[in-house]
Amino acid sequence: MTTAPTTAAPLLEARGLTKHFVARVTGPRPRRGRLARGRRAAGVVHAVEDVSIALAPARVTAVVGESGSGKSTLARLLARLITPTAGNLLLDGHDVPASGRGRREYSGQVQMVLQDPFSSLNPVHDVRYHLARPLQVHGLGGSRAGLDGVIAGLLERVALTPPDQYLRKYPHELSGGQRQRVAIARALAVQPRILLADEPVSMLDVSIRLGLLNLLGELRDTDGLGILYITHDIASARYLADEIMVMYAGQVVESGSARVVTDEPAHPYTQLLLSAAPDPDRSGPPVLQGRGAPPSLVAPPAGCRFHPRCPHAMAVCADQVPPRFEVSSSDHGASDHGADNHGADNERADDHGADHLSACWLHSQDLDADASRPLGAPAAVNANPKRDLGEET
Amino acid sequence: MSADHATDVLLEARKLCVDYGAGPGAVHAVVDADLILRRGEVLGLAGESGSGKSTLAFAITRLLRAPGLITGGDVRYYAADGSIVDMLAAGEQQLRVLRWSHISLVMQSAMNALNPVLSIRAQLTDALKAHRPGMSAADRRGRAAELLTMVGINSDRLGSFPHQLSGGMRQRVMIAMALALEPQIVIMDEPTTALDVVTQREILEELTELRNQLGFAILFITHDLSLLIEIADSIAVMYAGRLVERADATALFRSPRHPYTLGLLSSFPALHGPRRHMTGIPGSPPDLRLLPSGCVFNPRCDYVMDRCRTQSPPLTRPKALTALGGGRVVACWLHDGAVPVPERLARPEPGQEQDHLPATEPGATELLTTESAASSGQSDQGSGL
Repeated sequence: MTTAPTTAAPLLEARGLTKHFVARVTGPRPRRGRLARGRRAAGVVHAVEDVSIALAPARVTAVVGESGSGKSTLARLLARLITPTAGNLLLDGHDVPASGRGRREYSGQVQMVLQDPFSSLNPVHDVRYHLARPLQVHGLGGSRAGLDGVIAGLLERVALTPPDQYLRKYPHELSGGQRQRVAIARALAVQPRILLADEPVSMLDVSIRLGLLNLLGELRDTDGLGILYITHDIASARYLADEIMVMYAGQVVESGSARVVTDEPAHPYTQLLLSAAPDPDRSGPPVLQGRGAPPSLVAPPAGCRFHPRCPHAMAVCADQVPPRFEVSSSDHGASDHGADNHGADNERADDHGADHLSACWLHSQDLDADASRPLGAPAAVNANPKRDLGEET
Repeated sequence: MSADHATDVLLEARKLCVDYGAGPGAVHAVVDADLILRRGEVLGLAGESGSGKSTLAFAITRLLRAPGLITGGDVRYYAADGSIVDMLAAGEQQLRVLRWSHISLVMQSAMNALNPVLSIRAQLTDALKAHRPGMSAADRRGRAAELLTMVGINSDRLGSFPHQLSGGMRQRVMIAMALALEPQIVIMDEPTTALDVVTQREILEELTELRNQLGFAILFITHDLSLLIEIADSIAVMYAGRLVERADATALFRSPRHPYTLGLLSSFPALHGPRRHMTGIPGSPPDLRLLPSGCVFNPRCDYVMDRCRTQSPPLTRPKALTALGGGRVVACWLHDGAVPVPERLARPEPGQEQDHLPATEPGATELLTTESAASSGQSDQGSGL
């Protein structure tokens, strides 16, 4: 089950990635008789479950999800910072060995930018050191003069100009946006072909976020970098990305081109996310398409993990994991209204490149009446809007 | 949001100035802030980090800690019984009475604001115990249960400790605590920033419901202008310690007058319509220790004039609008009538527009996204399946 066969061959591909963390109980044992029911038993956190993703050159793939949806774990798996429980990675179509061998070679191709530029740079080193270090480690620096040239070039690529002004600065002398640019320059130093950006703008001030997103867009367009953009902000994903994957409780619930996923969301969870997102253009008051909080990943619900919150839950949802169904655009009355085409000169031509897939039984063509009868339990949940459901009990 | 405009003023700050530190090295965190909060209104205070929005709230409630120092201005609270309290002159005893029962505060991080070693019940009843000495223990417990139910948490959670609750529930407990004594004013400092969008939306819905039910006014502080436009009645925008614009939420959104507001609005990608290239605001927010002369926004402003570099603009009504009603003010030299106002900052006020917007040019790459969304229809909202 691979996602979204794209037009260009994927640079980095993950198939069936799964990561389970073993939760160990720490701290003093509570007094006898006060054991919180079932909470102390060591469990397995199902952080990422059977996720397949393909990163192609010159494309931005966004992974959107709430906290705890497994999006950062996915990035760390792709960066090989952690080893998957199951599944494999393919770089240029070749299997990446699970062992530590070839690590450096891999990190020369796949680099990561972290969320917090205030902690991802070393406070005791200046900008030049941060950029020189990866070059030296990967043997790319050459002579000292050559190294200086490369570093200046890197700073120019992230629009920190003139470079001389920044070389000797320490992280505390830079603003958040400048720091994040240094972090991006550091990632670019080894000339990777894939950039994994984990919430790269969420720690930055609103007014400078767009500048960073545009920089990532430029790196895609001019350098052909394949970028994974992880975010909780679906509007920014819509702005930057070519494709969007929506994750919920460790699983990919919907994927497709950015426009289609946001304009014609097919999965009830995506619809919920969009209904909750701030949107000044909303004509009426927002109507939440669902309630509650994500489930515990130690004991995720059987079947579709979203079914306890889903307003459309059917009997089948509670016991069978939905496969990914292709969503035909006719389901949504193809909302290519004229207004969209008018003036959409900045729209990327390959907008409709990716298949629109939704892991939801609603998109199955052949469910019998028994399977598709409404699920009893969630109806009761909806009847009681003062939700307590799913929040840590 | 239904904007029921109560005309009576509840809280008024005039020319409020707050410094951190004293002497020549003092940092002017808030400069000449004018703010009016009306009864039952949601007033949004928007700004980036370091813009002084939290400092302003702390100054109003006199919760500012050293080295913070109120160096000037006037804050008046108009109590329901008709008395007027000068907040800056009020003594500790008077403040003790006012706080929580008249003005309460919801802090940003519920994780840190709740005491980890006390149960929810103990924390909810604490304020009642202090402010309502006549109340019996049973009544206090009853009230605590009632408060919890009010914010959508089952009252059997009273015995829980903060770590046993999710982030959303903790924030709800904070809101319940703030409402315990039925205050007139609730100040909320980034109350939903740390929460996921769905939880955030649920809490905002509850808050609106509670506001309609109990009639308190909210000073809602956040960096998320797009959220504020949805929930606030009026909005004040702060930049580098100054209020740069104040207007009704829709007016601010449809027809921003200050270049910074315009820039902020075009920093939020839209959820609908064609995707357009947007630029945000060039540069970054200034260091308050090294502020530019003249208008503090001038180094980042697209419309900067010579005058902006030397003279600081006052917060006044735009010249073009003096004939119209509405309470909007802006601190920008573009609006003093001396120069023609750029088209993007001269959109008609909502309600005043005769023939909508002067036809958005299709070729322009830098149109405000909100326009494109407004013109592309929103039929897709919530459709599907």
